[in-house]
Amino acid sequence: MSKINFNNIAILLFLTFTLASCKKNDVEIDENKMGDFSVEFQNIMGGETFKLDWEYKNAKNEPFKVSTLNYFISNIKLKNANGETYVVPAEESYFLVKADDLSSRFTNVKVPEGDYTELSFILGVDSLRNTMNVEDRKGVLSFDPDAGHSGGGMYWGWNSGYIFFKYEGTCQLISDDQNGDPTGKKQFKYHIGGFGGYSSPTINNIKEITLNLSNAGNAQVREGFRSNAHLFVDISKVFNGPNVISIVEHPNVMFSEFSQNIANNFPSMFSHDHTENFVKSSEELD
Amino acid sequence: MKKIIVFLSLLFLVWACKKADEVLPDTFLGFVRPSNFPEPQYDLSRNGITQAGFELGKRLFYEGRLSRNNTISCGSCHIQSAAFTHHGHDVSHGIDDRLGTRNPQPIMNMAWDKEFFWEGGVFDLDLAAVRAITSEVEMDETVPNVLLKLRAHPEYPSLFEKAFGTPEITDERFFKALSQFMLMAISDQSKYDKVMRNESGFAFSDEEKAGYLFFQNKCSSCHSEPFFKDKIYRNNGLKPSVINDLGRYEITLNPLDKYKFKVPSLRNWQYTSPYMHDGRFLTIERVLEHYRNGMVDSETLDPIFRNPDGSIGIAMTDAEVANLIAFLKTLNDKEFVTNPLLSEPTIGSSTTIN
Repeated sequence: MSKINFNNIAILLFLTFTLASCKKNDVEIDENKMGDFSVEFQNIMGGETFKLDWEYKNAKNEPFKVSTLNYFISNIKLKNANGETYVVPAEESYFLVKADDLSSRFTNVKVPEGDYTELSFILGVDSLRNTMNVEDRKGVLSFDPDAGHSGGGMYWGWNSGYIFFKYEGTCQLISDDQNGDPTGKKQFKYHIGGFGGYSSPTINNIKEITLNLSNAGNAQVREGFRSNAHLFVDISKVFNGPNVISIVEHPNVMFSEFSQNIANNFPSMFSHDHTENFVKSSEELD
Repeated sequence: MKKIIVFLSLLFLVWACKKADEVLPDTFLGFVRPSNFPEPQYDLSRNGITQAGFELGKRLFYEGRLSRNNTISCGSCHIQSAAFTHHGHDVSHGIDDRLGTRNPQPIMNMAWDKEFFWEGGVFDLDLAAVRAITSEVEMDETVPNVLLKLRAHPEYPSLFEKAFGTPEITDERFFKALSQFMLMAISDQSKYDKVMRNESGFAFSDEEKAGYLFFQNKCSSCHSEPFFKDKIYRNNGLKPSVINDLGRYEITLNPLDKYKFKVPSLRNWQYTSPYMHDGRFLTIERVLEHYRNGMVDSETLDPIFRNPDGSIGIAMTDAEVANLIAFLKTLNDKEFVTNPLLSEPTIGSSTTIN
């Protein structure tokens, strides 16, 4: 009897602990407490994983490889089931996602405790920040050698403003003349920017993306834990979105009217796959 | 022997004093708004000009490390004797002898500008340097790499400390120091300025007066006083260049902006030849001839050039041209192009370039 007793205690303790940890999840939301929240931007290519320097084909059957993929994410907002929105303070809400730096796929912010059903953010740097003084451009928005954007070349010096989506690679079908890549390197370069203009209106390619989280998992934010909304970013949609793009016909897209066709494909890239809630350590997300 | 040593030391002292004098005048006055100029556009409360900040900015302006191979400084193409343009070059001439497509604009009276470059692509003086640094045909560098080079330099951290309190070299401090130098490049000592300020001993001659009247009637709606530009983008009827430079359109993508360029200042024109956005005209006479007789019509030609009889351009008699040129000569400011405050530090001075 006494032998079994010890095992029983162990089981009891285990059950108690399990119940306790379950209970913790249901603990009342205290909006004065802040929890960790991240959006994970996992690049994919159609139904395949995304890899740099890996050959894919677009809808026009053009084979291509990607060498550079960087984009800015900003202005993260969360909405709960009651329709209340929390806007992350703008200055804490700028991120540069770089395909060659896996750790950059998470945008880590602090938000009040809550069960959030809708996520929105801006693909790009909001227009207002594009017009601000240098002292208001910190972190990824700065030219800092360690934290800034310019290592990624995400800024137009000639036409002040951020390149917010930079997508470069090669396609062997690109011609070697002025209509293709005269250097003979078969490169395509998509540098998408345009925030609406400073003193004269012009194109605005920035996109606000809104995703419903309730189907694949609300973000349950609690103090001491992290909630991670895991998105798929389907890069194939750059060419194969509502606008079907030929790389051979458009090997270079920069500041031009045509760039709007690319930008209008951006919203179709984003989907919410799942949410990891009550995460205690970032290792759980790797 | 002793006497010789004393004499030599005195000589050295005199020489040393003289060197220091060459660097800066006795007192640094900071930014002083000329009485015939309006309030500046640049917000000086964000970036108060100090002697240390200005000196750092000046050193950076003449610093070759801003370019990929450390050969080209801002001062390479913005030469003081040419009112900070690239005299004798129709288009900018940068790294590895690469050529740009536009004529470098003068750096003067920048505090009163709100947009920069011929098509106004940059709207903040603090961000103007990014354009030259990152341009493949100018400096072909990146700003982060420039900051790394400055951080590794034996003197810059202490120069930044003098200017900003701590030795950190950040993008903000780098840009602001450069702006401090550029903001101090004020041209306000032309004869025109002195006449306007009623300084004693300065008056227009009869010819200049006649030219000034003509100017006010026919030119000043675009070349507005006191900067002799109106900060507006206009098509002045130049035949499109071989490269078909579309000007302001490149920034706005608005078809109505095709072939429009920012009206340039006429100040210091004597030092800034050649003229127009691509430096196509070599003399002021040729420029005036363009307005008199050489304009090309197009959809975006500025309506100000359209005359009631259907012709385009500005009619001028030879006498009017002569008077106008006499007046325009009063816009040249020799003190500006020779001011030691703005000059490239010479070897041996306290701000030697290494």
